[in-house]
Amino acid sequence: MAQDAVIDAGSPPPSEGLKSIVTDWSSDQRAFKKVPWGKAMMWIFLLSDTFIFTIFLVSYMTVRMGSTVPWPNASEVFALTIAGRHVPLLLIAIMTFILISSSGTMAMAVKFGYEKNKKMTAILILVTAAFGATFVGMQAFEWSKLIADGVRPWGNPMGAAQFGSSFFMITGFHGFHVSVGVVFLLIVAAKVWRGDLDNERPGFLTGRKGNYEMVEIMGLYWHFVDLVWVFIFAFFYLW
Amino acid sequence: MAKVEGQQHPISVYLWIWGLLFVLSALSYAVDYYQLHGHLRWSLIILFMVLKAGLIVAIFMHMAWERLALVYAILVPTGALLVLVGLMALEGGYTFNTRGTFFSATPEVAKQR
Repeated sequence: MAQDAVIDAGSPPPSEGLKSIVTDWSSDQRAFKKVPWGKAMMWIFLLSDTFIFTIFLVSYMTVRMGSTVPWPNASEVFALTIAGRHVPLLLIAIMTFILISSSGTMAMAVKFGYEKNKKMTAILILVTAAFGATFVGMQAFEWSKLIADGVRPWGNPMGAAQFGSSFFMITGFHGFHVSVGVVFLLIVAAKVWRGDLDNERPGFLTGRKGNYEMVEIMGLYWHFVDLVWVFIFAFFYLW
Repeated sequence: MAKVEGQQHPISVYLWIWGLLFVLSALSYAVDYYQLHGHLRWSLIILFMVLKAGLIVAIFMHMAWERLALVYAILVPTGALLVLVGLMALEGGYTFNTRGTFFSATPEVAKQR
């Protein structure tokens, strides 16, 4: 590729074959300055993910607005009875705090990563992964409780039938993102712990040299998962 | 890429934002706990949501320190989604009104349809 990109400034490179597409697109252009390309690509992936989650939330809004049957009251559906006391949305509130805490530890892991503090980075990433796994566990509990209460994608005893399909689709897709994130975190933690990022050891899949930018790119994904939860919490659980 | 092009910020920034996010989450939970209703409830939910999302994107995801080219590449398409929200809100309202008309029809009229 490097040889192909070397052309004399006067004449354009030959415009034939697939190779010309590659040379044109990689001809020493850089739109996003001061950002490693992996980070720019992660941002663009997150943008596409934003569209997916927005489509889910907008479709939920549309079916909820169009329904003539009353929507189930989330405050009651997700209430827990603790020591004889009825607390609304308790589990969801705890899940929210857990996910925010995981974002806090992730942000600090990125900071220690750029300071090349291997130990702190690995520990903080592992703490983040533990918070994430706890979140998924609580979500599994929430799902089993709702399924036991008779909520199905095609109907439920509490009100509008679309409640179940919206709930399982939105929280399911988000929970999947968290689960993938936990696996991703564990892989990055292992790389940090082993010193792959210090030694610039090539990755097993991509062969790219390890560096601490990977921790920040991982962090972007993780914060995004937290960000999506902020919107789900507001629109699905609180509205 | 031997040179690290990283983001370096004091740890206190992250701890402060973490604390703020906790407070904002507690406030949005309080909206439900104290059973606020109507426009007050909806505006408070949106306010706390936007503040939380803004803090996460600006500080945790370092958007506040990125160059404008990247910021706009991400935020402008996201802003365009508001058009979709507006269109589908109109559609949802229309569906609701149509159903209202249809379901409220007398049995004789409904049979003819």
